[in-house]
Amino acid sequence: MPVLCSSCSHKRAVLKRPKTAHSLCKECFFWAFEEEVHQTIVAAKLFKQGERVGIAASGGKDSTVLAHVMKLLNERYNYGLELMLLSVDEGITGYRDDSLETVKRNQEQYELPLKIVSYEELYGWTMDAIVKQVGLKNNCTFCGVFRRQALDRGAIMLKVDKICTGHNADDVAETVFMNILRGDIARLRRCTDISTTSEGEGVVPRCKPLKYAYEKEIVLYAYFKKLDYFSTECIYSPNAYRGHARTFLKDLESVRPSSIMDVIHSGENLSVREGVKMPVQGTCDRCGYISSQALCKSCVLLEGLNRGLPRLGIGKHHRLHNKILSQQPLTEKEEKKLKSVDF
Amino acid sequence: MCQVDEVYSDHLERAAVPSVSKKCLKCKEAAAAVVIRAGHSYCRGCFREYFIHKFRAMLGKNRIIFPAEKVLLAVSGGPSSCSMLSLVQEGLSQSAHKKLRFLPGIVYIDEGGAISQSMEERQRIVAELQAVFKGTGFPFHIVPLEQVLDLPSSVLVTGPPTSDQPASAYKAAVDHFIQNNSSIFSAPPDQEETSPPSQKETSLPDIQESRVHLLQQLIGSVKTLTAKADLLNILRQHLLVHTARAEGYSKLMLGDSCTRLAVKLLTSVSLGRGAQLPQDTGFSDPRYGDITLMRPMRDYSSKEIAFYNHMFKVPSVFIPSLETKTTDKASIQRLTEGFVTKLQADFPHTVSAIYRTSEKLQTAFRSSSTADSSGRCLFCMCILDTAVESASAFNMTLISEQLSQTKAAGNTKAELQQQSPAEPESSAPAGQCCSSGGGEDCGRAAGGGGCCSTDKATETPNLRSLLCYSCQLTIKDMSSVDHLPLYILSEAQRRQRRSQMREEISEFLLDGEDD
Ligand SMILES: [Zn+2]
Ligand SMILES: [Zn+2]
Ligand SMILES: [Zn+2]
Ligand SMILES: [Zn+2]
Ligand SMILES: [Zn+2]
Repeated sequence: MPVLCSSCSHKRAVLKRPKTAHSLCKECFFWAFEEEVHQTIVAAKLFKQGERVGIAASGGKDSTVLAHVMKLLNERYNYGLELMLLSVDEGITGYRDDSLETVKRNQEQYELPLKIVSYEELYGWTMDAIVKQVGLKNNCTFCGVFRRQALDRGAIMLKVDKICTGHNADDVAETVFMNILRGDIARLRRCTDISTTSEGEGVVPRCKPLKYAYEKEIVLYAYFKKLDYFSTECIYSPNAYRGHARTFLKDLESVRPSSIMDVIHSGENLSVREGVKMPVQGTCDRCGYISSQALCKSCVLLEGLNRGLPRLGIGKHHRLHNKILSQQPLTEKEEKKLKSVDF
Repeated sequence: MCQVDEVYSDHLERAAVPSVSKKCLKCKEAAAAVVIRAGHSYCRGCFREYFIHKFRAMLGKNRIIFPAEKVLLAVSGGPSSCSMLSLVQEGLSQSAHKKLRFLPGIVYIDEGGAISQSMEERQRIVAELQAVFKGTGFPFHIVPLEQVLDLPSSVLVTGPPTSDQPASAYKAAVDHFIQNNSSIFSAPPDQEETSPPSQKETSLPDIQESRVHLLQQLIGSVKTLTAKADLLNILRQHLLVHTARAEGYSKLMLGDSCTRLAVKLLTSVSLGRGAQLPQDTGFSDPRYGDITLMRPMRDYSSKEIAFYNHMFKVPSVFIPSLETKTTDKASIQRLTEGFVTKLQADFPHTVSAIYRTSEKLQTAFRSSSTADSSGRCLFCMCILDTAVESASAFNMTLISEQLSQTKAAGNTKAELQQQSPAEPESSAPAGQCCSSGGGEDCGRAAGGGGCCSTDKATETPNLRSLLCYSCQLTIKDMSSVDHLPLYILSEAQRRQRRSQMREEISEFLLDGEDD
């Protein structure tokens, strides 16, 4: 006997929602999924009428579903937003060039303007070239730091008021664990925020409309909507530690499906002891981007790459920042330590 | 050791440290007998001194036990709490200025009934522990978990703090004590044994078969091991606090090690207990008001404890628990334990990094005089974390549940379409009381046939509103709450009556806050 949809009670259910375990028909699932994103946007007051919003588009499932739902909700509820796609080309052969093709197809389908900024034009380095110099172990540090700034630079070129990213509930929950495991209290406090206000010049406010959407439901949505997305993992292997956190979260979800939301609830209700030092935000002396040090992470990494000292940006070498800024030579010992790649 | 130094210390400096030295790091003479972590090896004598010193330092730093205060040690039989017991014994035998100045007692909760152990097995374990406890000369209390069924509702009420002395009074109290009373402690434990009237000992009291049955019914009504373990934790804590109150103790020492607390922190996060982390994992936990829970072992790793217990023959007793012989994925608690253990093996800084996180969390706990019990969770006694903003995991979960079920009247597509994100004031979703009023309203509405009444737990509609986010998850996993102990059910009724009354007279209340 077919199971009936628990929402409309007359159509046949085609899926069991990972989030609530209800059986739903296709239409009711679409409706529920979209409506939840809408409720999130409304409740958190993510946008204002008339804003220009850049959707960070990677061609992956999250950003593809985000672009689709944002376009749909903007029309359904008259948000009055001017939407556009913003992509970063890291310069990874066989990964990013293919996924960018997906983004270009999305652009045509959704009739949204697209801006692509590349690492090569911004930094003079592609990820392929970076990996050649630093190896496979810490390349994600470069990728993450560069992407963050690249999105901001692209957003400024596009003159958008906000960037929305495809971070989903699983990503947020995983980040809560990562920050606990790193003992990073400053990030732990911020990571469950659904939006960031501008932290300074050159930083565009960001928000996560899919914050409460389960990754599994995003995949179900893309599958039943037959959305075109690129599903290959980054070929430069991801951080092992994060992999452990992700597996742990998946295991938790299998024991108790609400776990993902439960972890986010925990993150939203943490309180940090007064007197715990939080990094003071200033700006980078070289490029003006926000930074708690004299040089921003991106400039330090770039300096390391350009001088053939890849370890400069890995670990903490604040003491060397002033030397770099004033272009003083490093000692032989310092050079040697920063050169080796076996980290 | 849970070192609090930077994990991300400079690579340049770290490379200069020799990996393992053969000589003791401290005295640099004797051969090393233990390696606590890379580069930290101690000889037997120095390790002992270090281990004992750390305990006194932890108590000294926190300054919350006043001289001659009665302190109840919760001993589970495991290595960590047994090590704690031995450290207290050690501390009492030290010379005057290093000596611990409180009056210890021991409590053991026998949970055999919850895991269907035979009476013979329970008695055998108790006899084994009794031998250990007798050796200390401290008074001890052996309490079967079945006694939780007969607790008074007052357990769920925060008591007024007994010693409301400011921290500044601590030093004066200690000085005063040393001058006047130090002599009462001069007798070593073995001599105290000759004065049995002052000793209070209980062996396992007779337990009625019907009590065992009731307890098993309660545990059986919980459908998942995760919720079983969570409920058992709560019941155990109630019984410990009650025992402390009944026997005149004002502090309760728990034996959680650093490793255990790392697991507990991640478990709490996974269970939605983020708001309670400081109480659940910090040095002191003031949620009961008159009884302060303390975790003096939180600086010791399980490895150090194992070394110490082994080298200095500290006895411990293996006690099977709910989770014994279960697989890694049987419950969230087990899963987390497995996760931390494996990660620690690959990344030796895991536990200490989690520990540092716990150190930085705020005890955002209002003092017991201001927080009335109706604002506390009926189970875990933490301040309710369910009155949250509309954009929150709690409310979005409720919205997901509503959107996946037969649509309530008024919740039509047309109505929802009228909302615009540009007008947040009028954005309360139609037909969805939950998203506008926060969790508390929602729970209350459930009884009155409001939007949440579609929930399956209709036979116990009001318990949810009295519980924190995580305890709500626990009762969601129960087939019925009817088997909960009477003290919980009657306190629930009392709180409901109070809140009904408050609603009726709300228009006449000027402040609306006080109970
Ligand atoms: Zn349907
Ligand atoms: Zn990568
Ligand atoms: Zn910079
Ligand atoms: Zn030594
Ligand atoms: Zn609770």
